[in-house]
Amino acid sequence: MSAPALTRSEAPKGRPSGKHAAGPPAGRRREDIARSIRRNLSAHGFLIGAVLCFGFFSWYPMVREFLLAFQKNKNGVTTWVGWRNFEQVINDPAFWQAWRNTLLFTALALVLGFALPFLVAVLLNEFRHAQGYLRLLVYLPVMLPPVASVLLFKYFYDPGHGLFNAILGSVGLPEPEWLQSTDTAMLSVVIAATWMNMGSATLIYLASLQGIPGELYEAADLDGAGLWRKIWHVTIPQTRLILSLMFLMQIIATMQVFVEPFLLTGGAGPEGSTTTVVYLIYQYAFNFNNYGAAAALGLMLLLLLAGVSGAYARLNRSSGE
Amino acid sequence: MRSSGFRRTWTTAAIAAAFALTAAACGTSSTDEGGGSDPGSDAGKPLDKKAKVTISIDCMPTKTKDDELKGWNRDIKAFKKLYPNVTIKGKATDPCLEPPRFTAMLKAKSQPDVFYAYFTDRQQILDNDAAQDITPYVNNKTVPALGDISGNVLNDLKSDDKLYGLPREHYSMGLLVNRKLFKKAGLDPDKPPTTWEEVRSASKKIAGLGGGVNGFGIYSATNQGGWHFTASVYSRGGSVVTPDGKKAAFNDDTGKAVLQQLKDMRFKDESMGKTQLLKWGDLQKQMVSDKLGMFLAAPDDLNMMAQQLDAEYSRFGMGPIPGQKYTLTGGDAYYVKKGISPEKTKAAIAWLNFRFLSQGKGRFDWPKIKTDGLPVGLPQPDFWTGETRKKDDAAREKDATVPVENFQAFRDNPVPGKTEPAKAQEVYKILDVAMSTVLTNKNADVDKLLDTAEQQVNQVLANG
Repeated sequence: MSAPALTRSEAPKGRPSGKHAAGPPAGRRREDIARSIRRNLSAHGFLIGAVLCFGFFSWYPMVREFLLAFQKNKNGVTTWVGWRNFEQVINDPAFWQAWRNTLLFTALALVLGFALPFLVAVLLNEFRHAQGYLRLLVYLPVMLPPVASVLLFKYFYDPGHGLFNAILGSVGLPEPEWLQSTDTAMLSVVIAATWMNMGSATLIYLASLQGIPGELYEAADLDGAGLWRKIWHVTIPQTRLILSLMFLMQIIATMQVFVEPFLLTGGAGPEGSTTTVVYLIYQYAFNFNNYGAAAALGLMLLLLLAGVSGAYARLNRSSGE
Repeated sequence: MRSSGFRRTWTTAAIAAAFALTAAACGTSSTDEGGGSDPGSDAGKPLDKKAKVTISIDCMPTKTKDDELKGWNRDIKAFKKLYPNVTIKGKATDPCLEPPRFTAMLKAKSQPDVFYAYFTDRQQILDNDAAQDITPYVNNKTVPALGDISGNVLNDLKSDDKLYGLPREHYSMGLLVNRKLFKKAGLDPDKPPTTWEEVRSASKKIAGLGGGVNGFGIYSATNQGGWHFTASVYSRGGSVVTPDGKKAAFNDDTGKAVLQQLKDMRFKDESMGKTQLLKWGDLQKQMVSDKLGMFLAAPDDLNMMAQQLDAEYSRFGMGPIPGQKYTLTGGDAYYVKKGISPEKTKAAIAWLNFRFLSQGKGRFDWPKIKTDGLPVGLPQPDFWTGETRKKDDAAREKDATVPVENFQAFRDNPVPGKTEPAKAQEVYKILDVAMSTVLTNKNADVDKLLDTAEQQVNQVLANG
């Protein structure tokens, strides 16, 4: 190990330094290392907790997942099976349906879950009165336990005794089957998920909106810009960083959807119309005891999300240049 | 600027330590004190009363189930008098088994010395090398009532003729009925429908009561749709997979009849209600709130309805499964961890025998169970045959706290049992789709659904 640069610069003048020069005597070298350790001890002490946590709960499981994807466990014996787990997963009749459903959920959740909180934040930002109260109202669903929220929606959607159909029926409108129909099951899941999660996104957008200097809007006013032009030319460019970050986070989160379909439709839904990739992973791991297949599918999802994130970051960088 | 080399080494060391610790934590050795698991020649002999052993066991009742806990503690004391050298460390879990927790436990080899599992978990347990072959330890001396335990039940716990577990519960499915709704609809609750035609007709009558009441209910989500489909196919004499477990066997007239009848009851008769995609717990709630007339169930559904949903046993009754050709059976058992010492294994067998497999003792000590405030008289556990069955039936009836006459039709008409198919959960996942479709889509094509499901099940079975 080479001596720390800072120590080298403190060496007496005239003494050779640099990698081609002869090193300091062994005793001095040990002293330098000891001093460096003492100086950085507290920093490393603080770091070790985080490193251990990440090691235990993130990096190690990721490495294990990668290995498991190529292994099979039978009668306590683990064997390498090459790409067999991947072949098995791809040949599963539910595989492509799960990907289609997940992409549909992501697309719908982007339309609703990404755009809606932004519009609500813009509207909230325009209010001069009761903004705190309205913020609380918007954020309230986030404070409910997710399971309670989902079960509430399950009751709302019930085609027999549910609240939504009771309201629609009372005004003579058609009563959809909500979660019981392949046409509306996924949309119903997206509506519930958006209601549950939009509070956090709205507050983040609102914070970002409140950081936009008022002069920019005044200048736009002087130039005769209307509401939409102000949003397009001032609000969106000024919040671009937050918008892009939230867009990426929304994609990553929605591609991993599990709780909402699992509780609302039992996972698969009518004719498998709400089977998602993560639900399929859950099935492999905990119902079929096939960890290899679960890891293989998990790895596919991981690679896809890494690819999307990378492509998105690249596009973002090139559009910013 | 600090040396990057030093930082790299430090971080690498920390990560290496983290991995090493994780590996150590996750890789608990399956061997323990007391030596290996070689049973030796004296395996079949009863436990040496001089050998001091401590065994751990899960599925002990939790404090919230104090009625059950009373019995457990009483049995521990009584067992301690017989075997003062054995200490039993119970681990309270409720529910006894949750698939994610159970799977993780097996992977980490952190199961207790004696662990609880369903019959259908046998393959998973063997795949994880988690249980030991207890055949050498189990005989008429260590388990005196062994000869009166149903052979079918023991077969469910065997693999290659080796016994891996001892039964705790065993059930067979029947038709659970709401007596109040039956009477209101002009039906006799003591004579539940015994054919599927009768089920359809009774369902129509009950749904005709109005007020959101459904005549018949069935599961169609979380793989339980496939489970109920299987029970329905068995009851009509059909099979879900071929005997060798290699091909689907439900795409025939029997399978079609099951789906077609459900579709007709849902859309033509409108006797099953609009709310579908139901799973375990949903039908029980509907029945307790007097909104459901009948569904396929095991007697332990009644315990859930009485103990968790606060309903009285007298409100319900049970008949044999309609069709009566075969009924789906299942249950749970205790397995002994692989790698524990022979003395521990013997202590485990002694405790399981005392608590779960002795007529008049432990969980079959009906007078004491009655004083604990627990139900007596339900037709479950249901694994005894011969003399033990006769004695146990009489004892249950003598101390019955539930109206046994409500379940007389079920008891008087035993239906031959049939276990779950190979790769049950994966097959059920596919059959869920067929079930949910006929119950939510009035244009569902039964033939096409079965063709697709057959093709998919064959694919799953071919994957091995």
